[in-house]
Amino acid sequence: MKNKILDISSLDRALLDQLDTYIKNLEGDNEENLIHVLHRAQALFGHLPHNLQLYVARALNLSGAKVNGVVTFYSFFNEEPTGKYVVSVCMGTACFVKGADKVLQKILDIIGTKKNEMSADGLFTVKDVRCIGACGLAPVVTINDKVYGKVQVNDVETLIGRYKGGQSA
Amino acid sequence: MKLIEKMIRCSINGITLDVEAGTTILQAAKKVGVDVPTLCHLDLHDIGIANQSANCRVCLVEDEKRHQLVPACAEKVVEGMAVQTDSLKAVMARRTSLELLLSNHPQDCLTCIKNLDCELQTLAHDMNIKEIHYPGEKMNHPLDLTSKGISKDSNKCIMCRRCITMCDEVQTVGILSPLKRGFDVVVATAFHLDMDQTSCTYCGQCVSVCPTAALAEMNDTPKVWRALNHPEKHVVVQIAPAVRVALAEEFGFPPGEISTGKIVAALKRLRFDTVVDTNFGADLTVIEEAHELVDRMENGGRLPMLTSCCPAWVQFIEHQFPELLDVPSSCKSPQQMVGTLIKSYYAEKRAIDPKKIVSVSVMPCLAKKAEAARDEFHQNGLRDVDYVITTRELARMIKEAAIDFKTLQEQPFDELLSDSTGAAAIFGTTGGVLEAAARTAYEMMTGKELKEVDFTAIRGLEGVREATIPMGERSLRIGIAHELGNARKLLEAIRDGKSHFDLIEIMACPGGCIGGGGQPYHHGRLDVIKARQEALYRLDATLPKRKSHQNEEVIQLYDVFLEKPGSHKAHQLLHTTYSAKTRI
Repeated sequence: MKNKILDISSLDRALLDQLDTYIKNLEGDNEENLIHVLHRAQALFGHLPHNLQLYVARALNLSGAKVNGVVTFYSFFNEEPTGKYVVSVCMGTACFVKGADKVLQKILDIIGTKKNEMSADGLFTVKDVRCIGACGLAPVVTINDKVYGKVQVNDVETLIGRYKGGQSA
Repeated sequence: MKLIEKMIRCSINGITLDVEAGTTILQAAKKVGVDVPTLCHLDLHDIGIANQSANCRVCLVEDEKRHQLVPACAEKVVEGMAVQTDSLKAVMARRTSLELLLSNHPQDCLTCIKNLDCELQTLAHDMNIKEIHYPGEKMNHPLDLTSKGISKDSNKCIMCRRCITMCDEVQTVGILSPLKRGFDVVVATAFHLDMDQTSCTYCGQCVSVCPTAALAEMNDTPKVWRALNHPEKHVVVQIAPAVRVALAEEFGFPPGEISTGKIVAALKRLRFDTVVDTNFGADLTVIEEAHELVDRMENGGRLPMLTSCCPAWVQFIEHQFPELLDVPSSCKSPQQMVGTLIKSYYAEKRAIDPKKIVSVSVMPCLAKKAEAARDEFHQNGLRDVDYVITTRELARMIKEAAIDFKTLQEQPFDELLSDSTGAAAIFGTTGGVLEAAARTAYEMMTGKELKEVDFTAIRGLEGVREATIPMGERSLRIGIAHELGNARKLLEAIRDGKSHFDLIEIMACPGGCIGGGGQPYHHGRLDVIKARQEALYRLDATLPKRKSHQNEEVIQLYDVFLEKPGSHKAHQLLHTTYSAKTRI
């Protein structure tokens, strides 16, 4: 567990300035604002490396453990860099009973990657997520902000194919 | 506007009673003498802290009207509630909860450091668990043995979160948090850093409350046995003030038993070559510290001055307030002063090569293990203190050697580094270091004899206490804090220029060293800590000399070795420096 990158000075200063401005304009309790700040930080940096989490902890006067606890609790937050397209497969009860696990496996097979790891070409990160609240469309897959409903195993190849060239569908 | 509290009527196992709003079922049950097993629950109401995470589920009881199982520790009583703590449904549900907790718990109880001192084990015994019906998936977390003070085995964690309550709320250090979710949850440091890479102070309060061995002291007894068995080594041991009023608890004595003579006898039976007293170092600390204080007060130095005996507190200020490192006294702690003198003064006097000396200390504290290993504390390549064992570890060694502690004949300390006064005895309690320093500073500053040595106004267990002590023409404004959360408040005031104190004493643990992380487990009973505190004041009152500067051996040490308080040699041997560390 050695060599964790905790050096804050290696973070992009221009992006940190934007994050600082965002934090400065927040009102209320630091602990309550933590999730908003993390959302913002991830939007700016793409993911939440350890040094960025530590930066947020210091900016909000919270412990590093507290921030890391929140980041690792929510599947929306990524500690590792993600691909250009984040493919999220809903594993909520409705999606699960309609075969989301098989859809997930098929997606992983076609892209040739593991869950939560960026694909070698840098295009995809595939995740399983908790219920996203679209049970009527089960099983549901989201790719970045786009939602695909009633996805069957047979649809996966075409769906992923649309993103494979690197230009979004 | 204060609303008149309405009493709530409820019944526990058919016994009707009225309780105040906000009372939990557990508290109500206690009032009528009904016992409910608990595990994650920890109510330290004396210091205003309760861990009520309600996630172990071993306190489930049945709410008869709702036909529901509820956790007694967290569920509040409502009007007309009827609770059965011993219904079959409740008893079976509690058993299931416990079996589930045990299903992924390691079963190495025989060799576990908490064997026979484990709350999970006790509960498994009390609840007649003879078989676990749920062979579950086991956790497989790496052990963390990187720090000198605390060992961490997350596989033994039951997610009670008591450690987090202590570290976050009481100590405001916050190095632990639950990471991840579901079965993968682990109570860990930020980013799974090794303990020694974090801002842990090693105060050990997490260890004090951990119901299992997920957090425990680093076991240094094998190293001490090895030193004792080494034919060439001369092993010198010192014992801290708070150890003598706690160790006997491990042998069935009531809390507050003073057993100094028996401890010395036991150490001799264990074949330590010489037994010296950390209290000697405490008296010496007072002289050096009072000298430093008077110097700072008279020559416009940095005020307030903060005492520096508590190593957890030193870690805390280095990590959390690196901009304030000019406020702590530069004095080493009594442990380190005695350690230094063992390998210099003692070695010289006894004509023993310091290389052959092994310096061991018995401390109520886990941070002392880390303190002894600090870069600052060595001379000519030799550590001032080689090994530190806790009160609990010494008790284990005594048991291992089959020494009958109860019947031991009391023995005195050996001759060198062992004289001490009442002022040194109270070093083990919150307020004690400051009271001891005040007794000496008064006479230093006024040149008059202090008639009334008991500063009762600054005693007690309040988290923060303050007073003004008249010292001739001027007065000494003092502040006392124990628990690091309280220390943080005083430090923030200093940082913001709002502090009006001259001298502040800080101890990291509840009650001071008597409540240290290496003491016999109090299992949530803070009256144990009170009894230890009373014992220290009793000890002080019975000693013929109660001011550190009356310690004749200390006076002699200055005459023949150190020259005078604050001398160049005293600075070389008895003072230290601090360095800013990163907060994580």
